[in-house]
Amino acid sequence: MRITCPNCGPRDRREFYYQGDALALDRPAEDAGLEAWDDYLHNRENPAGDTADLWFHEAGCGAWLVVERNTVTHAVHKATLAEKAKR
Amino acid sequence: MRLQTPEKTVTFTFDGRRIKAVPGEPLSAALLANGIKLVARSFKYHRPRGVMSAGSEEQNALVTVGHGAQAEPNVRATTLEVSEGLEVSSQNAWPSLRYDALAVNDLVSPFLAAGFYYKTFMWPRSFWEKLYEPVIRRAAGLGGLSGETNPDTYEKAFAFCDVLVIGAGPAGLMAALTAGRAGADVIIADEDTEMGGRLLREREQIDGKDARAWVADALAELDALPNVRCMTRTTVTGAYDQGTYGALERLAGARAADKPVECFWRIVAKRAILCAGALERPIAFPNNDRPGIMMASAVRAYVNRWGVAPGKAVAVFGNNDDAHRTAHDLAEVGIKVAAVIDSRDDAKVSGDYPLYTGAQVIATKGRHGLKSITIRHNGGTRTIQADCLAMSGGWNPTVHLTCHMNGRPTWREEIASFVPTPDSIPGMVTAGACNGTFSTVACLTEGADVAADVARDLGLKPQTTVPAADDAAYAITPLWAVPGKGRKWIDFQNDVHVKDIRLAAQENFRSVEHMKRYTTQGMAPDQGKSSNVVALAVLADATGRGIPETGTTTFRPPYVPVSIAAMGAGSQGKGFAPERFTTSHQASIACDAPMIEAGLWYRPSYFPQKGETHWRQSCDREVGYVRNAVGVCDVSTLGKIDIQGPDAAALLDFVYTNMFSTLKVGRVRYGLMLREDGHVMDDGTTARLGAQHFVMTTTTAAAGLVMRHLEFVLQVLRPDLDAKIISVTEQWAQFAVAGPQARALLNTVLDQPLDDETWPFMACGAVDVAGVRGRLFRISFSGEHAYEVAVPARYGESLFRMLVAQAEVMGGGPYGMEALNVLRIEKGFITHAEIHGRTTAFDIGMGRMVSAKKDCIGKAAAARPGLSGEMRQQLVGLRAKSPDHGLSAGAHLFAKDAAETRVNSQGYVTSACFSPTLQTHLALGFVENGRARHGEVIKLRDHLRDITEEVEVCDPVFFDPTGGRARG
Repeated sequence: MRITCPNCGPRDRREFYYQGDALALDRPAEDAGLEAWDDYLHNRENPAGDTADLWFHEAGCGAWLVVERNTVTHAVHKATLAEKAKR
Repeated sequence: MRLQTPEKTVTFTFDGRRIKAVPGEPLSAALLANGIKLVARSFKYHRPRGVMSAGSEEQNALVTVGHGAQAEPNVRATTLEVSEGLEVSSQNAWPSLRYDALAVNDLVSPFLAAGFYYKTFMWPRSFWEKLYEPVIRRAAGLGGLSGETNPDTYEKAFAFCDVLVIGAGPAGLMAALTAGRAGADVIIADEDTEMGGRLLREREQIDGKDARAWVADALAELDALPNVRCMTRTTVTGAYDQGTYGALERLAGARAADKPVECFWRIVAKRAILCAGALERPIAFPNNDRPGIMMASAVRAYVNRWGVAPGKAVAVFGNNDDAHRTAHDLAEVGIKVAAVIDSRDDAKVSGDYPLYTGAQVIATKGRHGLKSITIRHNGGTRTIQADCLAMSGGWNPTVHLTCHMNGRPTWREEIASFVPTPDSIPGMVTAGACNGTFSTVACLTEGADVAADVARDLGLKPQTTVPAADDAAYAITPLWAVPGKGRKWIDFQNDVHVKDIRLAAQENFRSVEHMKRYTTQGMAPDQGKSSNVVALAVLADATGRGIPETGTTTFRPPYVPVSIAAMGAGSQGKGFAPERFTTSHQASIACDAPMIEAGLWYRPSYFPQKGETHWRQSCDREVGYVRNAVGVCDVSTLGKIDIQGPDAAALLDFVYTNMFSTLKVGRVRYGLMLREDGHVMDDGTTARLGAQHFVMTTTTAAAGLVMRHLEFVLQVLRPDLDAKIISVTEQWAQFAVAGPQARALLNTVLDQPLDDETWPFMACGAVDVAGVRGRLFRISFSGEHAYEVAVPARYGESLFRMLVAQAEVMGGGPYGMEALNVLRIEKGFITHAEIHGRTTAFDIGMGRMVSAKKDCIGKAAAARPGLSGEMRQQLVGLRAKSPDHGLSAGAHLFAKDAAETRVNSQGYVTSACFSPTLQTHLALGFVENGRARHGEVIKLRDHLRDITEEVEVCDPVFFDPTGGRARG
């Protein structure tokens, strides 16, 4: 599997650390309530299809990326800097 | 028998027998040339088997190469190059290949049909390990491993290209020429020792010259192109995501200590062209597995390419035109063609030899080598003397790689086989025989056309010129299995015959995937390369479904067996776990300090002195240094993260539970870091060197984790913060100087002496250490008056030596991890033994460190019900009631009179030591509602080490609870 890092270009997936679903971008407020925090921490979709998740280019530039990919075809559609992602 | 006398020969051994061969020819050719037909015993029934093919699809002729630790089992004789001194032995036979005791399996074969194990070895359960497993393992199998460590070297490598051409037959060579001439960066890989594929094995003309001469010209042109790389002996084994291909390269020549045996490649290609050719399939007829019965194309290959006659009188049995080429080529070199048996009624005469049309082989004779065949013809039977039978059931395009990403091949009726479904692998196209295109000129044309399309896609301007070549038609009328009695083998490697597959269907294993697992057809090293299509045709017939509906099993990587040693090359020993050394490493080794691993780091355990016979003596002495004089310890392995920027303090406020924006410049603060789920992630001290400049320390083990976490916070959660971080762990060598004499010791190396006023507890700042700019932190992990002094790493070793020399003058010296651990347990300081991922700030008694004035990572989740309160197991100290009785980490804690069972466990011990300071055994642990139970005596029970002790629950700070020593 290869991911095109916006800083470094296409790289082998061994350079990246996988974190999990990109919903981690939307951190609830401190007082958002138990349910919102439960969803944020634990509840994840398991899609057969398109998904977005967070990868860290640990053995590269050190950028956290939002990677859009397909869990069925394994196509990697896009990787963008998490820093610039819409929240 | 050889057709010509070779110019040069080498000698190798087969089961100890010395045999002459042509250097570089495959072992199979050398064996056939010397009249050796019996090469191996089959997997299950131990039937005598010989060479069947001339390629990596070989099912029968598996051998063991070398001996001892370097022995390699299950090597295909067809791909093993013969060299001087090569040592080959047969496998799965005892006492010898010729007289194999377990051939008795073949006599009782009616009882050993498919599913036999599943039905028989069901009960009693206790028999599994003692009887069934060992017996089955012994009786069935291929070659064995030595069990010793393999001393051979393996390599891995990466390559990148525009176009990867897989296979160098007519289509592949034409594709590489077309893409290469257009300027594309091309890699062409072929598993053979030479490129040319089928053209090396056939007698035909291309461009008005011998096909082999055309191949030589094509290779010369490719070699001359700087943008083309030719890789022989390289099998592309798998197609993976985003244009990544795995490939196994076998390195040429004999094994040598300094040379890798194999190299596993990961090739990344913008486009790939699969020109993998096709594999000939057998026909299932009774006893079609005798040594001497081979694939028709393999017979041609041995004759045409290696000048070896596989027999003196060869019969040919086929259902297609291509089989006749074998008869033709044999006649051409003067080998007797005993008969051509064509199952088609309309087969045409192809040469001057007996031809039987509409005929079938119904029996064979010759246990250790074929002697005769019996055919059914015109309603009667006839026996023909032959020592070799060349069979051809037609050709299966090598579609395997196109199926590696879930692709399913498409059935094509006119060639009675499967072809690749387009776009099965993104970026890959197919050409030539693997695409079901069989004539030479059609292969050349398709290779050129497909490569031209690919080149245009890449923005190049290709030109195509295709040489004139053979355009023989390929006509086939399927014949899968000859009707009648007898065992008709389909999967030779797994000993599966027609009846096994019918039995699977009868017992309702009708799906092709179920049939495969029930019969084991298509398993093992060859993965059904030759047998799959025949097997599913038989299954389709048994179930009354058509072949396309029956479908194929899933072809998975790797295409050929890949040794784990090659795939894991470089990842053994130090390649798997590199070593990180501190600057004091050599000095510690010189003191005979045993080193222990801390992550990838190595740290001294203790520094033994003359007369000390037990590590505890050294450890107790070193603890005494710190409590009574001064000790020196290398703490450089702790993570050091430099944090700068206008929002550096805000970042720390967000990642630590406590407040850092209020920390004054020149001061250090202890910080506690949570995970977002409310559990403790790490702890450490952070020093404020300037208004916008902090240095954070992490624990040794969590340095990488915390770095990643901080980047996560900065980039993912709080991109609004203007701060930058970088790891400086390796840039600074840092030493703890601890004990009542710490200041006096430091004053011997510092340019400006220290005093309490300017350097109070938790102060930090720049200092000059023997003329070198360094940093000093007045912090303590031992509870004593202590400092950590840091210098650029290049001065580390010399500072360590200076500090140790001075400490020794003052009645102290270096201390290691054991003493460090005792010192911190005496003070109740936590490590990852306590913050092991399941404890909260509340559990470790730091609940009040979670600031109410700000949000921080983990704050909301830590407030969830269940993460604080009386039912939580809380950090406590544990003091042995009998001071000289040892306590053990990992032990569980029980109420004094409770039974020591799991349900009664109230907690556990995380750290334990003997405290020379307090002259008793101590421990830290977690106990339910522990903070309210100080003074209570409970029971410690370690079932593993059989330790039962009474312990008193107490405050975790055993020594100097007011902390006066560190401040004084």
